[in-house]
Amino acid sequence: MTTEVSEPNSVRFRPQTGPSQASLAVWMLAPAILFIVLLIGFPLGLAVYYSLSNVTTGGSQVTLVGFDHFRNLIGDPTFRGALGNTFLFTFGSLVIMLILATIQAELLIRPFRGKWLVRFLILLPWTAPAALAVIGWLWMFDSVFSPIDWLLRQLGLLGQPGAPLGVLPNLYWLGHPTLAFVSVILVNVWRMLPLATVIVLAGLNSIPPELFEQARVDRAGYFRRLFQITLPLLSPILLVAILFAFVFTFSDMIVIYILTRGGPANSTQVLSSLAFFTGIAGGNLGRGAAIALFLFPVLAGVSALLLAMIRRSEVA
Amino acid sequence: MTLSKMGARGAFYLAITLFTLFAALPFYVMLITAFKSNNELFNPNTNPFWFSQPPTFEHMNLLFTDTLFLRWMLNSLIVGVLVVLITLALTIPAAYSLARLAGGWGEVVGIGIFLTYLVPPTLLFLPFVKVIAALGLQNSLWSLVVAYPTFTVPFCTWLLMGFFKGIPRDIEEQAMVDGYNRWGAFRKAVLPLAVPGILTVVVFAFTLSTSEFVYALTFVQDSAQKTISIGVVTEMVRGDVFRWGPLLGGALIASIPVAILYTFFIDQFVAGLTAVAGD
Repeated sequence: MTTEVSEPNSVRFRPQTGPSQASLAVWMLAPAILFIVLLIGFPLGLAVYYSLSNVTTGGSQVTLVGFDHFRNLIGDPTFRGALGNTFLFTFGSLVIMLILATIQAELLIRPFRGKWLVRFLILLPWTAPAALAVIGWLWMFDSVFSPIDWLLRQLGLLGQPGAPLGVLPNLYWLGHPTLAFVSVILVNVWRMLPLATVIVLAGLNSIPPELFEQARVDRAGYFRRLFQITLPLLSPILLVAILFAFVFTFSDMIVIYILTRGGPANSTQVLSSLAFFTGIAGGNLGRGAAIALFLFPVLAGVSALLLAMIRRSEVA
Repeated sequence: MTLSKMGARGAFYLAITLFTLFAALPFYVMLITAFKSNNELFNPNTNPFWFSQPPTFEHMNLLFTDTLFLRWMLNSLIVGVLVVLITLALTIPAAYSLARLAGGWGEVVGIGIFLTYLVPPTLLFLPFVKVIAALGLQNSLWSLVVAYPTFTVPFCTWLLMGFFKGIPRDIEEQAMVDGYNRWGAFRKAVLPLAVPGILTVVVFAFTLSTSEFVYALTFVQDSAQKTISIGVVTEMVRGDVFRWGPLLGGALIASIPVAILYTFFIDQFVAGLTAVAGD
């Protein structure tokens, strides 16, 4: 975004008939604000209220139960597991995504033939509707027909005596706790990578080319340029990529819901999927809302921290 | 070209190829699978990346005649168009007001509105179930028309605010000197210049609503009311039996138009996200 040209404060237009400027501003803004307050603010308040009550999907009777849900949750190993999984899922995805996004952006900034097609294909995991894109991976990880397993068998890595990945014909990607976790992280990285790459690309494009010219004249090597020019100048934009990838990953349940439904044995359960299964499938809205509310302080805290860091690094 | 330059060039193309394969391979497999006969598909020893028997249209036939695929596409289209209209009606005046009329507090309110975009659906969908029930909209497309602007309005207000700020003030001032009042100047002089911004908002409101999953999964159980995102994923599975051919074919067909539309505008999307760092 371009910074605005500072403008004279003198209001040059003549007073008009009709509503004054201030009241026009309010009237034009009011519908959007009202909508946000009613349909974001109110449900958010309702979520807090529900988390303190025993409301269910079917019943109409609501009694307050205080902090019972929260107390029960703390003692529930499934919940504690989901809490840990959420952080591991988010952190693991972010680290891998950032490294790959930086490399991918470095590649895509160069001109080459057929770039428009490569760009379209590389963006697909993000631009295609999430649920429809992820369903392809359910087939890739199928317990019997997995194309990945087929490839590994062809390479002799799987399904024969002495093969490094085992003698069984399949890896059972989503059936084994550790492998299932690796799979959901892989798919989440796959989905977020295009967004992060385009953000980093925007950052690379905003670095003045003269800086690189000067560095080349000074005979600075590639890695010196990367660590002393590119990455420091890129840090605000990398923080922006982290902010949005964090928010979208931390609160996401699409990847988990489609691939594993939290299984096997809750080993990939995260807060948002657990909230869904408790609140909708189990009908216990109160407990579900309490689980989802655990997202809020972390989302708000981390977002505030990242925004503050972004603003500070802009000034520096 | 020196040998080391050729090596660097080769490494570059290899890296690009690997990244492209990583991104596109699942979609490629979807394409192949959608045209494979079932007895080839369900044989773990046949090549899943190519045909060993002639391609067949049986899954496509099934998809278009035996499922509600077209109905779900239509539902997504209806929801998308209505959400676009609501989003435009709410965000154009709000963004203009914040960019021009509000003065110093416009920026603060604008950032405040944008921050509500960071409140995720997974936090709101449970209380929303009761809100939708109270409005009498359960199991209907209309529940989505009400819910989806909760993520389009914050983001699009922010995006349009940036666009309006980029239009010089002289334009309206001249129109007002010419005798228009503020509202008239906004309509006749500013709106035509904001068309690129408005088009961006149209594309985002539409693609974000066709891609949404959590609200649709929670609010709509009736097969005929489902959108494409949940219809394909939930209705092609009978018990434990996945109808893989139509499932993957349907997912691919529905993905491509949305992806093409989105690709043209992703730079504006990212400009909107990064602007939060710039102001």
